[in-house]
Amino acid sequence: MTSREWRKPRNKHVPVDVVSAVWATVIALTITTVATKAVGPAALGERDLPRLFTKVIELLAPAILAALIAVGTFTGADGDLVIDARAAGLAAAAAVFAVSRNSLLAAVAAAAIVAAAVRALGGT
Amino acid sequence: MRAGAPIAVASLLVGTSFGVLAEPVMGTVAPIVMSAIVFAGSAQFGALAVLAAGGGAGAAVAAGVLLNMRYLPMGISIAASTRGGWFRRGLAAQPLIDAGWAMSHRGDSRYDLPFMWGVTAVNYPMWVGGTALGVFAGDLIGEPDRLGLDALFPAFFLGLLVGEGSEGRRGWIAALLGATLALSLAPVTPPGVPVMAGSLAALIALQPRRENDVS
Repeated sequence: MTSREWRKPRNKHVPVDVVSAVWATVIALTITTVATKAVGPAALGERDLPRLFTKVIELLAPAILAALIAVGTFTGADGDLVIDARAAGLAAAAAVFAVSRNSLLAAVAAAAIVAAAVRALGGT
Repeated sequence: MRAGAPIAVASLLVGTSFGVLAEPVMGTVAPIVMSAIVFAGSAQFGALAVLAAGGGAGAAVAAGVLLNMRYLPMGISIAASTRGGWFRRGLAAQPLIDAGWAMSHRGDSRYDLPFMWGVTAVNYPMWVGGTALGVFAGDLIGEPDRLGLDALFPAFFLGLLVGEGSEGRRGWIAALLGATLALSLAPVTPPGVPVMAGSLAALIALQPRRENDVS
């Protein structure tokens, strides 16, 4: 950071305790990500784990991703359940994936465009 | 390296989205540093979603760590393809990303790690550069909600979810259960808790499989 930026911080609207939470998150996630990627190869070499253990871990990804989709689409600021433009965007993305499951770019774009269109037409 | 090109384009756009969405919550520098040193898209989006909803660092890290849990089985799957001592093996797993990992599978339990490193080598500058672009172009782009950018998170995660096809029918049951658990808890728990609770849906794997269940 240059001294000029230091005098005029861009993010002055971000409170100090939020800033420290942000950096704590960045540092902790860096350490845990490196460790998570490394632990299998470093500890195992070529050994096998109990099958049930790996089965649970495999299902974590779909369970968590679905939870994130649900919370990110259907909850408002206070955690209340809502249906708004984001639901239309998600439906558009689902339609794209139904045609081609590898079309991440098109699906993400469709979600944004449809959500924006709903809001432009007066939706929330 | 050429095989990584389509993923690099996707990475640039999603990285840009991350920068746009992260700047109002995290400021200018932190999102770029995060992309450079965390380099795990879904964990970054997950942690950001918690922070944006007013959650603390603990809940944000927990969401990110839970999202990164898939790196455990992925790491285990490439373990047999790594060589050397524990440090070299751990280091070889650092360029692990979803797309590169899937593309480097060569049948049985073999993974072409140099191929995976090549995909990541193309991907990394796009992800970090895209984040920087999003952070600085965010002011030109304006209100993310007006452009429907808040719909990007769920669409992106949906893309990862449909990419999880290898888990079969149980994966979809876990997904449905995880979403239901999270939505039931969202109105009554702090931000971050619903998603963590949703991860409990993975425990359905402990239920014994029927003989004729081939999914």
